[in-house]
Amino acid sequence: MRTELFDLTITNPPRTWRPGQLVEIETGRILRDHAGDYPAPGSEVMRLPLPRLSRLRARASALATTRAFFVERGFLEVETPLLVPSPGLEIHLDAIAAADGYLITSPEYQMKRLLAGGCEKIFQICKCFRANERGAHHAREFTMIEWYRAYADLDAIVTDTQQLVHAVCGDHARVGDREIDVRPPWQRLTVRDAMARWANVQVDGSEPAADLVRAVREAGIAVDDGAAWDDAFFAAFLARVEPELAALDHAVILEDWPAPLAALARRKEHDAKTALRFEAYVGGIELANAFDELTDPDEQRARFVEDQRVRAERGRAVYPLDEKLLAALVEGLPPSAGIALGFDRLVMLATGAPSIDQVLTFSTGEL
Amino acid sequence: MYDTSDIRKGLKVLMDGNPYTVIEFQFVKPGKGAAFTRTKFKNLLTGAVVERNIRSGEKLEPANVETRDMQFLYKEGNDLVFMDQSNYEQVTISKDLIGSAHDLMKDNLPCTVVFFNERPVDVTLPTFVFLEVTASEPGVKGDTTGNVTKPATVETGATVAVPLFIKVGETIKIDTRTHEYVERVNKQ
Repeated sequence: MRTELFDLTITNPPRTWRPGQLVEIETGRILRDHAGDYPAPGSEVMRLPLPRLSRLRARASALATTRAFFVERGFLEVETPLLVPSPGLEIHLDAIAAADGYLITSPEYQMKRLLAGGCEKIFQICKCFRANERGAHHAREFTMIEWYRAYADLDAIVTDTQQLVHAVCGDHARVGDREIDVRPPWQRLTVRDAMARWANVQVDGSEPAADLVRAVREAGIAVDDGAAWDDAFFAAFLARVEPELAALDHAVILEDWPAPLAALARRKEHDAKTALRFEAYVGGIELANAFDELTDPDEQRARFVEDQRVRAERGRAVYPLDEKLLAALVEGLPPSAGIALGFDRLVMLATGAPSIDQVLTFSTGEL
Repeated sequence: MYDTSDIRKGLKVLMDGNPYTVIEFQFVKPGKGAAFTRTKFKNLLTGAVVERNIRSGEKLEPANVETRDMQFLYKEGNDLVFMDQSNYEQVTISKDLIGSAHDLMKDNLPCTVVFFNERPVDVTLPTFVFLEVTASEPGVKGDTTGNVTKPATVETGATVAVPLFIKVGETIKIDTRTHEYVERVNKQ
């Protein structure tokens, strides 16, 4: 097969041709037409186009900046296994089975064991895997930056996050043609304030699901009968809050999540309805999720068992408890805060790429 | 049955007894919330567009919908006869299904016919057809200010508004969606 890069003239181009489609020179036939995908390296008929090449360079540069960022701040880089017996037990994540275990959905369990074992500042840049996730911001295999600070609280993680994004993106992140101000410090907003202001829904956290469903409906937002608490919450959040966050021209820290959405976060000492958790939003992209880590082994076990019960009830795979993590909590996890930040999304923000496929070296559709 | 990972543009599904085709979809997954696919469907019978959130794990019923490339053969009263060139099977379709473009159809025109439960429900014509002008009054000189047109009859019998310079025997390009003249075409 001939390879031509310049002065490419196709005598009989298909009428529907769009840039990004891979076209066979001899026949003008479209070889690949996958929305969001670009011709991949190693294809027989076309060299890597310049926009694709520049995004690979941006990715490498972001990776180097991230490593230097943490090393300068005295963090230890760690590499925990990707293949584990017990993946994350979150209700809404499905792991990919491999060999006699699962691929990690996040490296947090093993990283917390390192904290219990005496590491104080650790970071990791690794691949994570989540079944059935594919979209403009999702790929089933993606890269996560995860870091933890022992003896520190969420404010230290907020500072790290702002500085890291600023170091990688500069003063402004790019979302398509828009510029989003990421200069620290970022606006901080509580979840309850955001829900009250934009969705007109008062969220407490201790109300029964049926009450929240009613409140969401009164605000004019559709939600199924008998919806679970979290489904009612996200119906309102996605319909009214996320579009407003996306429209902001600056980054925002969304904090103080209601207790039912605590996941692995500790609750506030004098406010059990509120979890010490934040998410970072930049131009509508949900970039990172942080916890002041739950250190109580009994509460952690109870939450895991509850997650297992809900998963079984909803017909999803039930993963075994990570007893070694629970044992580490019994031995003692120091008060710690940690965060998971989507590296591919960070590269999207640095380049303005509209889809995660365009910042991956190869997307799923290209394999 | 399809699940959310099968959703793609053009997927044909049955909802409340009606056939729909997916025209747009977006995967949504809040960090700690349930994943779903925000999907826009077009009703294949009425053309109405609806949006629905399909949750991961939810099933969609495939619609018995088939799309076939067929050739227009001839008119028979209010009906049009099409043929599938792969097996020479002939199908008769009412003019109403095609709409106003039916009088732009010349013999052998390639079309796409959508079948639901083996019944034709939609016909898609090529966006443009090329037809010869068979009758038109000559344009009046001097009357050329603005967008002046005159009626012209083409070989299929349809009447189309054309610019004054178009003469009998010339071939013109017509948009089948709007029934409008696009340009004059030089015979090869």
